[in-house]
Parts: sequence; structure tokens; C-alpha cells
Amino acid sequence: MQTVFQKPSVLTDAPMHYCPGCTHGIVHRLVAQALEELGVEGKAVGVASVGCSVMCYDYFSCDMVQAPHGRAQAVATGLKRARPENVIFTYQGDGDLAAIGTAETVHAATRGENITVIFINNAIYGMTGGQMAPTSLPGQVTQTTPYGRDTNTAGYPVKVCELLSTLDGVALAQRVTVNNVKNVNIARKAIKKAFQNQIEGKGYSIIEVLSTCPTNWGLSPTEALKWLEENMIPYYPLGVYKDVEGGVKK
Amino acid sequence: MARIIVDEKVCKGCGLCVHACPLKLIALCRDVLNPKGYHPARLMEPEKCVGCAACATMCPDTAITVEK
Repeated sequence: MQTVFQKPSVLTDAPMHYCPGCTHGIVHRLVAQALEELGVEGKAVGVASVGCSVMCYDYFSCDMVQAPHGRAQAVATGLKRARPENVIFTYQGDGDLAAIGTAETVHAATRGENITVIFINNAIYGMTGGQMAPTSLPGQVTQTTPYGRDTNTAGYPVKVCELLSTLDGVALAQRVTVNNVKNVNIARKAIKKAFQNQIEGKGYSIIEVLSTCPTNWGLSPTEALKWLEENMIPYYPLGVYKDVEGGVKK
Repeated sequence: MARIIVDEKVCKGCGLCVHACPLKLIALCRDVLNPKGYHPARLMEPEKCVGCAACATMCPDTAITVEK
């Protein structure tokens, strides 16, 4: 018998603290697999955000830095400029990247920093208990919008891939999800490509992963995947929003 | 002949593998509790497993190893 699927070596043996059915774990594994396949685990440095993924430094066996809230891409910029030979990635949620860290995100992208950004979009603030996030859908019930998100007062969700794809510094902007095996495989290829871009010096690559938050959505893990398919994918269409062949010219 | 090995200490009983298995061979053991207090997933009909790794692909805790 041959082992056809096992835990990648870039993931540590620490059990993850995420809630049952949270897709953070799947994305952690995809990042670990990409680093392992590209053979860069020895020179990868990850930047963890604030949010549920704040403790992801315990789960990756590469070097990790914990950035202040929203500042992961500013920290990653410094790391990449000081040590251009290293592979730098950030792992951020929607509360971190699309709310408090919007300025850092937009400006890291306009500068075309040669980093890889993994963005988890679950349409809610997970760690703090399910408040409305910038990415919450119109009408979505959260702790702070008990009657559903009212677009008259709270406005509309931020579509990060569409927003960043208009910037000249971005080499790759792609939205994927992990709701079934097919989409996990697409996400795996996208994440690997984002790291490959950095190794080839092509510039800023962002992969937005539509994720679930079963606990704060108040659904079972399988119901949450269904909710994602029925509500999030129509609002946040999957696909490649920008892919510059040959990378960004500076 | 293929099989899956579930790390029952790590499994959180979320059921995504149960949902993902195309042959519906996996179930959560309602009469077993792991140290975290969850009902772990188990392969109920080992002889029918084809080793497609769909369960392991969807497992958020990387608790499943697949052998073929």
C-alpha cells in the first residue's frame, strides 16, 4: 500500500483551534502544499493577521511574523525588501484586509510589491463573535445587523478582487472557493501560481478564498457550504480578475 | 484495496468528509467521543473504499491519511 494523501510537512502537528467545519484549515493545507511542492519551505516567511487566523504561526512550520491589525502587507513589504531572496506571504481575513487594512492593501498593490496575499473572505467578523464585516452580503443577518445588512445605512460589500484588478501593480487577482473537491483543486492551483509568480518576480498576487464561518452564520458545516454556494458565489463571482503574463513592468 | 486512516484525536466531527465521500462510506460515530468531546468520523465499509481522497481533500483539520 502506498500513501496517496497525507499531511504536508509544512503544517505542524499542533491541532488547529478553528471551529468544526471552518474552511481555514483547508486553506492552511493548500498554502502548505504549495510551499512544499515549490520546495521553498526553508525560505518562506508568513505574516499572520489579526482575526481567527491570528495563531496560524503555530500551524505553519516556516518562519512566521504576527503583524498588528491590518498591517500584514506593510510588514510583508518590509520583509520582502530587506530579504528579497525569501518567499513572503500574508494570510489575512476580511476584517483585517478589507476593513482596517484597506490602505495597506491598496498601497501594497499599487506599489506592486512582490508578495503573495492569501485573503479569506467569510463575510463576517469571526473571532469577535459575528459582527457585520465590510464583506457581509446585503440583507445578511449578523450580530450587529439583526434585521439584515441595510444598504441604505451600511452600504454595499467590498469586492476586493474587482477593486484591486484595476491597479497597475497587481500581477494576479483571482477569486476561488473551497466548497467542494473540484473548487479545492482549483484553489490549490491558484495558490501555487501566486507563489510561483513571486518566485519569478512577477509582482503582487492576491488569491481571495470564499470561506465559511459555520459558528457565526449559525449553520452546520455542510449547511454553511450550501449557504456559500447559494449566496456568496452569486455575489462574488469566482474567476481570474487579472493575470499579467510576464509580470508587472516597473 | 484502499483505506483511510482518521486521526480520531484531531477530528472535530464536522462531517465535511461524510458529505464529500462519493460512495457515502463515512459516518460520524455517535457512540464514541474523542478527548475534545467530538464524535469522530470513521470509514464504515472499508472494503468499498476506492482511495479517491475526496474526504481528505475536504478535511479542514488534515486528520485523514489515504492509502491505496
